[in-house]
Amino acid sequence: MDLTNDDVAEILALLDSLPYDELDLQTPRFRLTLRRTPGGWTEESQTLTEPVTAAPAPASGGPAAAAPTAPHPAAPDVPDQEGLVAVPAPLPGTFYRAPRPGAAPFVEVGDEVREDTVVAIVETMKLMNSVHAGTPGRVARICLENAEPVGQSTTLMWIEPA
Amino acid sequence: MSGRHGFRRVLVANRGEIAARVIRTCRRLGIETVLAVSDADAGSVPARLADKVAAIGPPPAAASYLDVGAVVGAAAAAGADAVHPGYGFLSENARLARACAAAGIVFIGPTPETLEASGDKLAAREHAAAAGLPVLPGGHVGGVAPKRESIGAVGHTATDDLDRAGAGGTGGVSGADEAGQARAAELAARIGFPVLVKAAGGGGGRGLRVVRDPGELSHAVAVASAEAEAAFGDGRVYLERYVSPARHVEVQLLGDGQRVVHLGTRDCSVQRRYQKLIEEAPAPLLGDGLRGRLHDAAVALGEHLRYRGAGTVEFLVDPEREEFYFLEVNARIQVEHPVTEAITGLDLVEEQIAIAEGRPLRVRQEDVAFAGHAIECRINAEDPRRGFLPSPGTITGAVFPVGAGVRVDTHVQAGATVPPHYDSLLAKVIGHGADRGEALATLRGALDRCAVDGVATNLDMHRGLLADAEFGKGGVDTGYLERFLESAAYVQDDHGRS
Repeated sequence: MDLTNDDVAEILALLDSLPYDELDLQTPRFRLTLRRTPGGWTEESQTLTEPVTAAPAPASGGPAAAAPTAPHPAAPDVPDQEGLVAVPAPLPGTFYRAPRPGAAPFVEVGDEVREDTVVAIVETMKLMNSVHAGTPGRVARICLENAEPVGQSTTLMWIEPA
Repeated sequence: MSGRHGFRRVLVANRGEIAARVIRTCRRLGIETVLAVSDADAGSVPARLADKVAAIGPPPAAASYLDVGAVVGAAAAAGADAVHPGYGFLSENARLARACAAAGIVFIGPTPETLEASGDKLAAREHAAAAGLPVLPGGHVGGVAPKRESIGAVGHTATDDLDRAGAGGTGGVSGADEAGQARAAELAARIGFPVLVKAAGGGGGRGLRVVRDPGELSHAVAVASAEAEAAFGDGRVYLERYVSPARHVEVQLLGDGQRVVHLGTRDCSVQRRYQKLIEEAPAPLLGDGLRGRLHDAAVALGEHLRYRGAGTVEFLVDPEREEFYFLEVNARIQVEHPVTEAITGLDLVEEQIAIAEGRPLRVRQEDVAFAGHAIECRINAEDPRRGFLPSPGTITGAVFPVGAGVRVDTHVQAGATVPPHYDSLLAKVIGHGADRGEALATLRGALDRCAVDGVATNLDMHRGLLADAEFGKGGVDTGYLERFLESAAYVQDDHGRS
């Protein structure tokens, strides 16, 4: 919104002396809703202008360098794949196979896992969330490459139950 | 210094609420803004507020907001006179400051030399001691053997107890080697337990370990070193006395490279895992003597560094002994700067810009007047009832308070995305009043009028904190929040977070 806090304060000063409890103001660029509540005024604002792109950024690596940005969609609601059990992402974020760059992956295909074996990390909002196998068995398939974005409940890997 | 024209166009190299906040001041000053955005932020509120946006890469910060080449390239392509780095990301990165200078672009921040001196915590400790500030008893344990590891440095008799060669480091330095372990054990014994293991290149609480039992020391040093190596590419660690209970008090500085003024104290003791949640200015319940000594110490360090720009000196205050110790320098604008703005009436971003334009400081110390008290709550997309589980998603509704004594800095509105790639700060709600009681009452009322839907938030926890008697009294220590969460029966498990 292009209104400053001072602008809003001045509008409020006007409103305070009037018998109105709500002001809804919309222009092509913004929408501002002010409401009188028992505790004081509230503001709901929406900036409606579309972002304006500056001159195109210099190509840094060409199309081949373009990283995948759309997270993998959540797994279709299929309970199993030939008797396999999915390990879903607990949160949307970034999938990591190893505890830190250069370290060995938590698991490889064929590894035996217990229910509480850590099989991956999903980084969400700068916090590292461990992903547990959830099912005792053997890692049948790892669905993603290291550092790929994942959506909530994206299948990260499949476990063949013991 | 005179005759220089002001900036016409500034590239804002950040995102979230601070990007929106910097853009607002630029607009008021008639400066055009170009916002550097990752693909995840192309449609964000700050992107809509900026005059223009420049794409700098894919969502992961390492490929966009942390990419020095992409930021400087975008600034040059946009014809920007200056880059404002905000906080976090590249804000204290000397390489960015140097790359800007090489491209003929002004970096709105301290000199590269100051960024290096403050970014390396061992070096910063050494500068603080040299400026006469009290530093905690402690010393370096990793890799290269220091020449001296005195454990003087108590109270005001600070001595230079660190060796620059050690701080400079050489390849493969780590606290995990055998010699390092032996030194750590000897040093810890002299400091006395509990000790804090800290990473030289650290920040955000990573690479920090409290050790209460001598038997745990070698493991803690190894783990902290490995964690620091992974997080910062720098495994050097050092030990300091662990002071508890303690308060976290900081002093805001402005400098122009010649002169330094302070803008008073802030208290940031309400923290969880070294992440601040509530900040206030001035720090409550400090005797005038102690407060004056904190101001003087911060200014002395600023003058020693010939500080240019806005910066903060953080201290650990031992409330029982009325003593304080230097913690670190934050060479940038801080998240909590609005509480200082509320009580001084200054716009710190405007002052940063004026200094970067080459103007001498516009305020003299005697002109800095303090009015009332201000408190800020950080509203995060995280769920305190589920171990502070982060909650990215889409905002479906965002109602904020407005009125006298209330300020909200935010980057969310209905329809905005909260991407999983960045931190969880949604908004800062600030209450200002004639005294602490009035500020608290204003802020309580303000939080009651907040409603953010679509993601989980910590709003309820903040309401509980503001209603809590211990917080109400003021002067809580850094252990307060954990105690509050336990007493308020917040679940404290981590949901498997490593």
